[in-house]
Amino acid sequence: MVPNDLKYTKEHEWVRIEGGIAVTGITDHAQEMLGDIVFVELPAAGEKVEQMGKIGTIESVKTVSDLFSPISGVVKEINKIYMDRMEGAENPDFHPEYANHDPYGKGWMVKIEISNTEETANLLTPEQYEKLLEEEA
Amino acid sequence: MDEKTIFELSRPGTPEIQMPEHDVPEMILDEVIPEKFIAPLPPPMPEVSELDVIRHFTRLSNKNFNVDANFYPLGSCTMKYNPRVGEWASRLHGFAGLHPYAGYENSQGALKLMEELSEDLCEITGMDGFTLQPAAGAHGELTALLITRAWFKDKGEDRDIILVPDTSHGTNPASAAMAGFNIRQVKSDGYGNIDIGDLKSKLDDKVACLMLTNPSTLGLFETGIEKVESLVHKAGGLLYYDGANLNALMGKSRPGDMGFDLVHLNLHKTFATPHGGGGPGSGPVGALGPLVDYLPGDELVDEDGLTVMKPRTRSIGRVRSFYGNFGVLVKAYVYIRGLGAEGLVRASECAVLSANYLATRLKEAFDLPFKRRCMHEFVLSASRQKKLGVSAMDIAKRILDFGFHAPTVYFPLIVPEALMIEPTETENKQTMDAFCEALLAIAREVEENPEIVKSAPHNTPVSRVDEAGAARKLMLCGI
Repeated sequence: MVPNDLKYTKEHEWVRIEGGIAVTGITDHAQEMLGDIVFVELPAAGEKVEQMGKIGTIESVKTVSDLFSPISGVVKEINKIYMDRMEGAENPDFHPEYANHDPYGKGWMVKIEISNTEETANLLTPEQYEKLLEEEA
Repeated sequence: MDEKTIFELSRPGTPEIQMPEHDVPEMILDEVIPEKFIAPLPPPMPEVSELDVIRHFTRLSNKNFNVDANFYPLGSCTMKYNPRVGEWASRLHGFAGLHPYAGYENSQGALKLMEELSEDLCEITGMDGFTLQPAAGAHGELTALLITRAWFKDKGEDRDIILVPDTSHGTNPASAAMAGFNIRQVKSDGYGNIDIGDLKSKLDDKVACLMLTNPSTLGLFETGIEKVESLVHKAGGLLYYDGANLNALMGKSRPGDMGFDLVHLNLHKTFATPHGGGGPGSGPVGALGPLVDYLPGDELVDEDGLTVMKPRTRSIGRVRSFYGNFGVLVKAYVYIRGLGAEGLVRASECAVLSANYLATRLKEAFDLPFKRRCMHEFVLSASRQKKLGVSAMDIAKRILDFGFHAPTVYFPLIVPEALMIEPTETENKQTMDAFCEALLAIAREVEENPEIVKSAPHNTPVSRVDEAGAARKLMLCGI
């Protein structure tokens, strides 16, 4: 499933550009390959990130894999469903399984304030990403 | 029947347990221990009779899967039969009752065994010296990497990169990170070897070491090893041999002859100690040439018939208390001396033969991604079954219903839906045939009745567990 209103990276992240903000997460293909996701480590809000720099770690029952930033900028917000604890207590909204069940929706991971809009040219179109999936299959 | 936990079996006030009268003066607790260290309540110990305890744990042990009861083809783990003579020898009073502070004059038998075991391991691997201290495989990796770090520090070279292939055991990059290095991954080529072009692009004057398992975790011999060796050494790096798969090569090929500088072995795997239950293991590290001087612990040398300990001048220091897991060393010694040179060769030959027999029988029903003669293990892919909605995990669970342990799944990472199978040399043809029949029957079920595979296991004491749920909610304490 490759929605045609998104952009992609070759490391299987998706991006939705909303004004100056890039919302990102992992693709349906990525979650299928990883299997049940159990923990996602994300950068802190305010952190500077670079295009295709490592910004997090995704742990599934099968493996551990890196998350890359699709674009340079500053982390604006992270999805709280990936925090098992908040302010010293259990987070009742901890739902890492959304990365599996709804990767393009409730399973989004990071919102980044874009510092260089020209970099969006480096992202893959849905057609290019589908071609990449075919090549990797 | 569900087994209750020992805490659920507890009956407060169980009268069967009676402690004897003490024969020392009574101390008042809060007079000898500061109040802040005293727990407000006694620990929640279960109150059960001796018979309750015996029956509880005997019932649990009967439910446990073990290599003494069933075939255990868990890839990468070398679950071979462990000859009982090793248990007998390691329990001999002269070994088991020996105190590590007894002094070398009173420990000659044990020291001689360690000296000769080190020599045997040198002979088997082509190394010049060994330390027997590391307590497990990954501990051996860490030890070798700390030696690597000390080596380059002494040479005044600033090298902080460790190369690992994309097929490596997960412990390789983990040990490298723990030793303070950064990691670069090297790709495999379509043949299952290290991609030489990719290796070249990753080598520079920052690379301290390449960690390599040969045969690789794909169960394939790294046929480009001579090229790899010359490239790494030309770039000034060291070559480290992860000995996890030595069971394929004993007496056939030696890491030292391939150009490796450092080696770790898993004595508990290749040299027959029961393992998989959390230890004790043993991960000796061997070194070549001047690196020997960096090994932890003393060198054991023969002086006029006595084994004496000589300190190593550049040793990185102790990595384990006393002499390592000595009982495992005794078992390895007995195994090596029991089989002898010819027996070790035969063990490796049979391990390789068993794996090739299984691979040949199973490759019709499952995909074999690398079409080469395998070594002591092989990796199938359940990609064909995955297209029908059944995963490698489902197949692994279904195998349990047939009374076999599951293969390793989803490893190595470069093979999708991987099923990694290592039969070892100790299984007979009947057992391996029964395992093949089971896997072939499962492959038919995937086509005809996939639900039975997807909902497996059906015949085990515990049905499918929620692995994701257990990993997300890390609750280890039941009470």
